[in-house]
Amino acid sequence: MFDFSVVTAWIDNLLQGCMSQTAAIIIECVLIGLVLLGVYAVFALVLILAERKVCAAFQCRLGPNRVGIWGSIQTVADMVKILTKEIIAIRHTDKFLYNLAPFMVIVGSLLAFACIPFGRGLQILDFNVGIFFMIAASSIGIFGILLAGWSSNNKFSLIGAMRSGAQMISYELSIGLSMLTMVILSGTLQLSEIVEGQNELWFIFKGHIPAMIAFVVYLIAGTAETNRGPFDLPEAESELTAGYHTEYSGMHFGFYYVAEFVNMFIVAAIATTIFLGGWMPLHIPGLDGFNHAMDYIPSVIWFLGKSAVMVFVIMWFKWTFPRLRIDQLITLEWKYLLPINLLNLILMTIIVAAGWHF
Amino acid sequence: MNGFVQYFSGFFKALKSLLTGMKTTLKIFFRKKTTECYPENRDKLYVAEAFRGKLEMVHTPDNHHHCVACGLCQINCPNGTISVNSQTLTDAEGKKSKVLESYQYDLGRCLFCELCVRSCPHQAIRFVNQFENSVFTRQKLVLTLNRPGSSLLPKAEAKPQQDTNL
Repeated sequence: MFDFSVVTAWIDNLLQGCMSQTAAIIIECVLIGLVLLGVYAVFALVLILAERKVCAAFQCRLGPNRVGIWGSIQTVADMVKILTKEIIAIRHTDKFLYNLAPFMVIVGSLLAFACIPFGRGLQILDFNVGIFFMIAASSIGIFGILLAGWSSNNKFSLIGAMRSGAQMISYELSIGLSMLTMVILSGTLQLSEIVEGQNELWFIFKGHIPAMIAFVVYLIAGTAETNRGPFDLPEAESELTAGYHTEYSGMHFGFYYVAEFVNMFIVAAIATTIFLGGWMPLHIPGLDGFNHAMDYIPSVIWFLGKSAVMVFVIMWFKWTFPRLRIDQLITLEWKYLLPINLLNLILMTIIVAAGWHF
Repeated sequence: MNGFVQYFSGFFKALKSLLTGMKTTLKIFFRKKTTECYPENRDKLYVAEAFRGKLEMVHTPDNHHHCVACGLCQINCPNGTISVNSQTLTDAEGKKSKVLESYQYDLGRCLFCELCVRSCPHQAIRFVNQFENSVFTRQKLVLTLNRPGSSLLPKAEAKPQQDTNL
């Protein structure tokens, strides 16, 4: 299987050969930053198109099909449009916080995005507390949302932001605990080692019952974490116009929009990484020929394929279930998901301690 | 104890209903889509027969119409869409008769209420389901419905028609 660290090592050698080490590292950092931003934008465009197509299919429509083949450059056209739009300065807002908030949201999701292992050797941030860092980084986004609601000086924005705060803080528990369940199984917090640990068998099969419960809980909590339907009550358009980003226009609104979609991908990617083996091909112990054949499919394709399935499932949730009320939302977390998660954690601990996993 | 049982039964019932919902939406996901790709499917487009797209005057193959220029449609039109221009002719015996000169119909003002068609005693006009009516200026929407050179169907040939449509 192709190892992408060959490419990065080659670029590193090339740069170090013609300049000092400090300059080489600075140039590499800039390059990685640019690539990260580019990939981030492309992912957002693809995801928005996918969302519109999937949503259309669930409603017996065709979706965008006029711009490009199958509407393939519809979102590119939309992006150009939103970039040319005016960013309206609203009176009686807290100017500094109002302008800062969209960047907080983007920075939070970019940091989490940088942790994702896209393929063998294709990971930007990889250190020994990877998952911990990822949870922490993705939680920065909530500050952006709260700031947006507060600084907009608009009751709908404020209600939306407060709901979002309550929701994210509650569901952060479930996300953390379900990840912790898998960390017990893998024995490490480092994302690259978690993926390596699934060389034999993906964790969802290796940890059987508790892993599957953790997987379902993670998916529910992850959907809630990204403020997507059926948990989209922070931006419930029928009650709050658009929730926390009501007052935003132009590219500032675009940042929220892009961040929402990439956050969905990040949730799907983490689910892929810790439950479905990340970029690791499907390996079944005992079937060496099959395992060898699976290795010929590039790791990036494995990762993106599995993530696409997870993204589809999250979209499927959104277009099936009606929106929850705020009390139902909090009940679901504190009365159902949290006890299930805690029991599941104990179950997993017993299984790992007794060695009852595959 | 009752609450304990309720907690678990409610949980599993909810899980089951959620899965039912997801099954339903997945079925719809793979169903044939109902979107009409309009300009591409013009050839096989289905528009209901009763759709009122445009007013038309009925003409026989040898260029005769049924309009006796009574003007009932003009009187009944709520929007003043129709204007029946007629001329009174006197034949050799001194008998006077009204003859249709031009039947003006302004599509841009039309309400598509069908009162004109219903009030016509001779079924001389009807609505057709042709809906592609867009033009570049409003003047082009003013149509003359009687064809050039057409005349009233001679009385002997006119079949007695039943008023089933009323």
